[in-house]
Amino acid sequence: MTAPTLIFGWGNPSRGDDALGPLLLDRIEALLPDHPQWGAVDLLTDFQLQVEHALDLDGRRRVLFVDASAAVLGAPFCVTRLEPARDSSFTTHALSPEGVMHVYAEMRAAPPPPCHLLAIGGQAFELGAPLSGAASANLDAALDWTRQWLASPDSAYPPGGDGM
Amino acid sequence: MMHQFELETAKNPEDLRRIVIEPVSRVEGHGKVTILLDDDNKVHQVRLHIVEFRGFEKFIEGRPFWEVPVLVQRLCGICPVSHHLAASKAMDMIVGGGVLTPTAEKIRRLMHYGQMLQSHALHFFHLSSPDLLFGFDSDVAKRNIVGVAAANPDVAKKGVLLRKFGQEVIRVTSGKRVHGTGSIPGGVNKALTPEERDYLLKDADQMVAWSRDAVRIIKQLHCQNPALYDTFGNVPATMMSLVAPDGTMDFYHGALRARDQSGEIMFDQVSYQGYNTLLTEGVKPWSYMKFPYITNLGDEKGWYKVGPLARVQNCDSIPTPLAEEERKEFIAHGDGKPMHGSLGFHWARMIEMLCAAETIKSLLLDPDVLGKDLMVSGPRAYEGIGVIEAPRGTLFHHYRVDDDDLVTYANLIVSTTNNNTAMNVAVRDVAKKYLNGNEVTEGLLNHIEVAIRCFDPCLSCATHAIGKMPLEVSLVDAKGTVIDCLTKDESGAMRKGMA
Repeated sequence: MTAPTLIFGWGNPSRGDDALGPLLLDRIEALLPDHPQWGAVDLLTDFQLQVEHALDLDGRRRVLFVDASAAVLGAPFCVTRLEPARDSSFTTHALSPEGVMHVYAEMRAAPPPPCHLLAIGGQAFELGAPLSGAASANLDAALDWTRQWLASPDSAYPPGGDGM
Repeated sequence: MMHQFELETAKNPEDLRRIVIEPVSRVEGHGKVTILLDDDNKVHQVRLHIVEFRGFEKFIEGRPFWEVPVLVQRLCGICPVSHHLAASKAMDMIVGGGVLTPTAEKIRRLMHYGQMLQSHALHFFHLSSPDLLFGFDSDVAKRNIVGVAAANPDVAKKGVLLRKFGQEVIRVTSGKRVHGTGSIPGGVNKALTPEERDYLLKDADQMVAWSRDAVRIIKQLHCQNPALYDTFGNVPATMMSLVAPDGTMDFYHGALRARDQSGEIMFDQVSYQGYNTLLTEGVKPWSYMKFPYITNLGDEKGWYKVGPLARVQNCDSIPTPLAEEERKEFIAHGDGKPMHGSLGFHWARMIEMLCAAETIKSLLLDPDVLGKDLMVSGPRAYEGIGVIEAPRGTLFHHYRVDDDDLVTYANLIVSTTNNNTAMNVAVRDVAKKYLNGNEVTEGLLNHIEVAIRCFDPCLSCATHAIGKMPLEVSLVDAKGTVIDCLTKDESGAMRKGMA
């Protein structure tokens, strides 16, 4: 059965701070057995977002996308509410989460579930690099926020509002 | 025929103006095209610059060899399975497992053909069909998958589901959606259960049918406009790939064959164990990416192309009936001559996708995929070379291992590197025909990008784009002054003028 809550973290675990998304999922996975009050939660990861990930939105009540971002400055992380958008992530094989939502809307002829992006600040993305100290601290802060989000299963929207 | 080095290096670059296209869109990694113009706005020099990450080997050296098939998946988020299997084949030699059990080889093949299916589906439906369906000069907002979805919901949906099916084949055979561990030195760690086999099999016929539809779409486009499709980005070149011992197409294993640009066989059934004498990895001072060539022909004449267009024309036949039927039509279209127009890659790619879909079905019906005999071993060795036909072309992995099982040497030639010279030649051909220097338009530049995209390059095997890079085209005079600039930003909006 499809869990109502999906957390989808992407990134390459061997590219320094790019591992933030998958690492957050690892931390959440370790907490799940002791937090049945969070309800059923699916944790999915990949190197990057692609068209088929639109199918992972099926049957969800809320979705949290988690990614590392070099654009998060002055805060450990940033939460943004997402809307489907004609994707213009034209530079790589990867889609944006908004593009994934748009593919869902086109395929299912229905709006996707409420989705948010948790962008965690990262600095170093070289192959073989370890997680940076700053990214590690940002991960801790993002984990605290995600625990609050999971503790409010009746709300599709995050604590503290958007754009932290 | 255009000489390889024609337009590569101008005689008097100080007198020329420079157009810079940076980065190239819808290809993985970072790319930049520079075009030097003379005072008459004629193209004098064209180069495709690749910012290739060359840290692969250092990333691998010092690791235990048995970790490598899993580790190398981290090199590339686009084709991790190809690296997984090429490394596994090399490490098979280390453990004395050169000949796998039937179950192990067929599980690996299933995984590989699943990768081929999903990669080709992504490229056609996501990256290329927007160009092909809407035209090279169409609204940028349409030229992506959601543009396709809006205008052709059925095509877009098939693309997503084909891709998903390929990913499911990978998940079932490798144990996980990503970072799978299915292939290990000497074999595999799991076969299919009957339930897994049935789960995949129920959709196999549909995937074959949709793949066949995709071949029809691209074939129709070629036949409707042969003047464009047969000649755009023309790269008359030697074609190299693995072929099976009987000359049939084989993505997983075989020996090297090359045909010259007229289609004559230059060499055949050459063991890839001697790749490092057969090929030389040339370097040029203006690019980080190497330029491999066939050693005994030298760098001017020895360059070659790999990938779908080479494979479909290099083999004698395809071992699945529907794809073979399509291959024959493809060959007949060339009227006895090889097709070298770069848009031919798309047609060939869809024939390969059909072959992959048919092969997946065939393997799922083979009782060996349910077998229990998964591993072999033999005398320990200290050197292993594994080669595979990845979606983008021939992929070489070469390792040496010490007594402590640690990798002491690694060398990889990825598919896109094999196509480096061919991509440069394609860009030069297009630039020469379509750029006259009067104005830098988005449609004009997209012709160059279309030519590059035909090769489906994975430019750096990088996985994560830090933010979304804009497409910027600058016209720079001989003194380095930017005199024109066109930028395509994250939203797809075009902006004329300096940033």
